[in-house]
Amino acid sequence: MNVLEIKNLQVSVVTDAGNKEILRGVDLTIKSGETHAIMGPNGSGKSTLAYSIAGHPKYLITGGSVLLDGADVLEMSVDERAKAGLFLAMQYPVEVPGVSVSNFLRTAVTAIRGEAPKLRTWVGEVKEVMASLNIDGAFSERNVNEGFSGGEKKRHEILQMELLKPKIAILDETDSGLDVDALRIVSEGVNRVKANSNLGVMLITHYTRILRYIKPDFVHVFANGKIVEEGGPELADKLEEKGYAEYITA
Amino acid sequence: MGALTTNYLTPTGREEAWRFTPLKRLAGLHDSSVNVAGHISISSKTELPQGVSLKVSSSADFPASYTSNDVVTNRIRQTAKQVSVLTIADDCEASESIYLSRTCSTEPEFSRVVIQAGVNSKSTVVVENTGTGQLGEEIEINLAPGARLDLISLQEWDKSAVHIAQHHAILSKDSQFTSYVVSVGGSVVRISPTVEFTGPGAFADLYGVYFATDGQHLEHRIHVDHNVANAKSRVTYKGALAGKQAHTVWIGDVYIHKGADGTDTYELNRNLLLTDGARADSVPNLEIETSEIVGAGHASTTGRFDDEQLFYLQSRGIPAEVARRLVIRGFFAEIVNKFKNADLEEQLMARIDEELSKVGQ
Repeated sequence: MNVLEIKNLQVSVVTDAGNKEILRGVDLTIKSGETHAIMGPNGSGKSTLAYSIAGHPKYLITGGSVLLDGADVLEMSVDERAKAGLFLAMQYPVEVPGVSVSNFLRTAVTAIRGEAPKLRTWVGEVKEVMASLNIDGAFSERNVNEGFSGGEKKRHEILQMELLKPKIAILDETDSGLDVDALRIVSEGVNRVKANSNLGVMLITHYTRILRYIKPDFVHVFANGKIVEEGGPELADKLEEKGYAEYITA
Repeated sequence: MGALTTNYLTPTGREEAWRFTPLKRLAGLHDSSVNVAGHISISSKTELPQGVSLKVSSSADFPASYTSNDVVTNRIRQTAKQVSVLTIADDCEASESIYLSRTCSTEPEFSRVVIQAGVNSKSTVVVENTGTGQLGEEIEINLAPGARLDLISLQEWDKSAVHIAQHHAILSKDSQFTSYVVSVGGSVVRISPTVEFTGPGAFADLYGVYFATDGQHLEHRIHVDHNVANAKSRVTYKGALAGKQAHTVWIGDVYIHKGADGTDTYELNRNLLLTDGARADSVPNLEIETSEIVGAGHASTTGRFDDEQLFYLQSRGIPAEVARRLVIRGFFAEIVNKFKNADLEEQLMARIDEELSKVGQ
């Protein structure tokens, strides 16, 4: 059993015009096997939550704590957080020119597992996961995210998640820009990892659409830099019907 | 003061050809008031294959077979009484690479080398430069009809070295010249790979890899002279830079003369800035005097290895220094893989890793 505990997290974004407060005290606990949907309007700070847990240098932690199985995540470098078992599927994955997908995956897996995977089993492992995500074999030789379509980028994120086997995954608007078929394939990938490894998931989304494929155990409404309402899956149905209007304060 | 009599004026830095070069750091190689000795410092590192010879001859027996307007090249010609001549016999197909090496010490020196690739010969020549020297060098490469020659010149100098060179290839009918200029060491390195054609059907394929760190100046000035019909050229240079005052210059001049119908040329320069404080100049020039060509084009891009890339790779567990190495190796792989020599490839990548690890120290 793994636990990610976010306590009273306060975060500012560092800009040229000074620091701007975004997160105003976030409390959230995610355990293995649980899926938490974080839903909220644009600009409410959902992505800031995701990126500050992953350690993006743009964000300044001004208060609170993040613990993974009791270890202080905020003290760790970005790569140490990944090694500790955190994974962030990004909304806008970055292009890395000159680095092939196969080289990237192998380097990442070597770093996470602490040793290079055995070539014989590794090739098969990658092929299998790629096939299940409907990714063409030629994909391996392409440069990371370079010229990828929106759907390819998101499938590539889930491919990494399946291979890196994190304890807790944060999916930042993984549903954005996906057509129905791609959404289904990506969701199946997430469900497969959940079933195989008892993954804990923080699913950040604006829309309820993805919740038809990935069933949340808990739904948290995020507005103005903190969680303003919590409930079970039924809360998502309410949001579907009424939207975020009541949570947006002038 | 022992000044040489010369028609070539010492550059001041205002000339187009010298405006990027830090003249004060050239140890006087360019300066007509400074005496520099002619010296034979090149030697064969391994046993030469059958049909290949390396001899020292009198410069008088091997006068330059082209006109150079480079000041340093002309100073070398005036000074060097001897010339190293590498000859690859007609029809010789050397299965092993020909390894030449040169280690320069503290004295500035001028050196002339002539490479003669015989009719229908096929060979790979590697010239490895190491040491702390100050070298002015001319390599003249003559390809006889049908000859195929790969020339790999490695600038793996120590930090203080200065190297000014012209590598001029003359391609006759149906010959094929592939050049790899690899510059990773030295304080100032300025290589001018230049090409002319004497017959149709010839192909010059010019590659370059350079990696500049703190304070290094690495300059590559390519000039391809399409002076005959139906010749082809490709220029592909890639450079990475890291650290304060790291400076690279790439000049790609391609001249298609009137009457050079059927010319096919393309040149490309890509630069990767790994840190702030580094500067890459990239200047492609294409002059075309005939419209009857197959193709002519150029591309130049300079991009940054930015924090978002670093964050992305690190967020997958990859430590920052591994992430940088990954990106650099990937960037150069396209060219380095063409060496078809795993040892050389690894040697170069290891050197680049080492240079990178010292950035900012």
